[in-house]
Amino acid sequence: MRTGGSIRILEHHLLRYRRTWRGSAITTFVSPLFFLGSIGIGLGSFVDAGGSALAGVGYLAFLAPGLLASSAMQTAAFESTYPVMGGLRWDRTYQAAVATPLLPRHIAIGNLAFVAVRLVIAASVFSAIAVALGATDPLRGALMVPAAVLTGLAFAAPIQAFSATQRGDAGFTILFRFVITPLALFSGTFFPIAELPAILQLVAWLTPLAHGVALTRAIALGTPDPAMALHLAVLLAYLVVGAVAAAALFRRRLIA
Amino acid sequence: MISLAGGSRPGDGYHPQVTTADPLVLARDLSKRFGSFTAVDGISFSVAPGEAFGFLGPNGAGKSSTMRMIGCVSPPTGGELRVLGMDPARDGARIRALLGVVPQQDSLDMELTVRENLILYGRYFDLSYRESRARADELLDFVQLADRAGDEVEPLSGGMKRRLTIARGLVNRPRLLLLDEPTTGLDPQARHLLWDRLYRLKQDGVSLVLTTHYMDEAEQLCDRLVVMDKARIVAEGSPRALIAEHATREVLEVRFAPDARPAEDDPRLAGVAERIEVLPDRTLLYTQDGEAAAVTLHDRGLRPVATLVRRSSLEDVFLRLTGRTLVD
Ligand SMILES: Nc1ncnc2c1ncn2[C@@H]1O[C@H](COP(=O)(O)OP(=O)(O)O)[C@@H](O)[C@H]1O
Ligand SMILES: [Mg+2]
Repeated sequence: MRTGGSIRILEHHLLRYRRTWRGSAITTFVSPLFFLGSIGIGLGSFVDAGGSALAGVGYLAFLAPGLLASSAMQTAAFESTYPVMGGLRWDRTYQAAVATPLLPRHIAIGNLAFVAVRLVIAASVFSAIAVALGATDPLRGALMVPAAVLTGLAFAAPIQAFSATQRGDAGFTILFRFVITPLALFSGTFFPIAELPAILQLVAWLTPLAHGVALTRAIALGTPDPAMALHLAVLLAYLVVGAVAAAALFRRRLIA
Repeated sequence: MISLAGGSRPGDGYHPQVTTADPLVLARDLSKRFGSFTAVDGISFSVAPGEAFGFLGPNGAGKSSTMRMIGCVSPPTGGELRVLGMDPARDGARIRALLGVVPQQDSLDMELTVRENLILYGRYFDLSYRESRARADELLDFVQLADRAGDEVEPLSGGMKRRLTIARGLVNRPRLLLLDEPTTGLDPQARHLLWDRLYRLKQDGVSLVLTTHYMDEAEQLCDRLVVMDKARIVAEGSPRALIAEHATREVLEVRFAPDARPAEDDPRLAGVAERIEVLPDRTLLYTQDGEAAAVTLHDRGLRPVATLVRRSSLEDVFLRLTGRTLVD
């Protein structure tokens, strides 16, 4: 039961997902196409015609990995907010789980495992579309997937912890409006972070998304980034610290 | 006939650490504090195998806090607790593996079907899918929900959700089932159906620990109970013994017109009954002979607008011990 507990929670998610995947399928398949098409190709043709110097590649190639990392963040954030509130408060399924041999940390880890599954699916679809549009080659496209999944998990873990501190979903609106959306816009997704004022550059590099975008992009473009190990370390740190905090906060909420 | 629980089931790998003589639950001076607030204040009780044991008390008495400690999801802050012979602080997961729990608030997964809820819960107890499915179907029959197996949970009635929660609590074939207010909020028909299932479980050898603020539920289901009020146990015994000890055989309930209601010390009430309780809406006279007391009142010129003679109940015991009614 020590290791099996998280797997039980993952199974639970997968069973639910089997019933609900259709709802997210449209977003998973269509939104990468829309974004890569309209911004990557449409807007990109203007950018490229203007003779920009985006690491010396076309805008579509620049944008695709950034958008991938950024949408991984958004999927992970969503999966780590409302469903957690549901488990803790609305359906109280977490209470049901801890009445069995399962422990709060199994819930936290099992949730992360499911987010990882969701991200692998979404990132693979995105990557395939990006490759089909010529944004990168198939091998690099495949290698982007784990980078994007790690980026998502670096958000999922601390956001789960945050969700465990909330009494209602009002905080989630604030989270999405004032953290997730600004990060998606200013973490190097659409333009290099170097274009930002120095102070905002610093802020951006303190959050996981900038590192996730940089890592995914370095993989996609094949440009060796000397800071790759740092990106990886920051993402892993967010994941590990976030997971420990989430497990502790779940425990505080469920075992009282 | 299905064997749901209890007794020996060869091959199920279930070897409880207690002999039948040991109590399933043993609490000594058990306390639960939340910060400076004391929800359970030094209570002692024990539950014997095969018994249906109840906590009767009003809202806020500390029943759920006690049940959560027994269920090993809430560490005691004082005293001693043994469940199935083990220490919840050390063996929580092992104890929970052997318990069935029906929490006060339903905690079903609304996005899954009735049957899926059971199968998944079986998985939480490490049952194989095959075993989990078999038990799910068996239990759906038992709680009479087989025809709703493939339906979602959300549209089920309150009574059906409760029955599903009970089925879920039985998926690991526990010897001891904890039920926190199993029928609160249900209509009478749903309650009787549920009580009937709980009788069946008892017959099959499952021990029950339940909480309720319904005195009729306590009288119907419990072999033995404790009356809880304000975090403490105020009385203990079988329903019958408690009534015999703390109440008279009969109660005369009378209602007066608001302007004609006599006070407790009204001379016309003196000596009519062994004890008199004046409640906001009615007056209770505790006596061995209700009819005779009614006649006496009439002889003394009192004219209640309504008169009822009934047997004493646990409600009267509670009123006697605490000065308040159970459900307000
Ligand atoms: N987690 C908690 N934190 C603070 N107070 C609590 C908590 N749980 C219960 N209480 C308080 O403890 C008291 C007893 O609650 P409870 O055990 O739920 O009573 P009952 O089940 O008999 O209605 C109540 O006043 C309740 O507000
Ligand atoms: Mg309660």
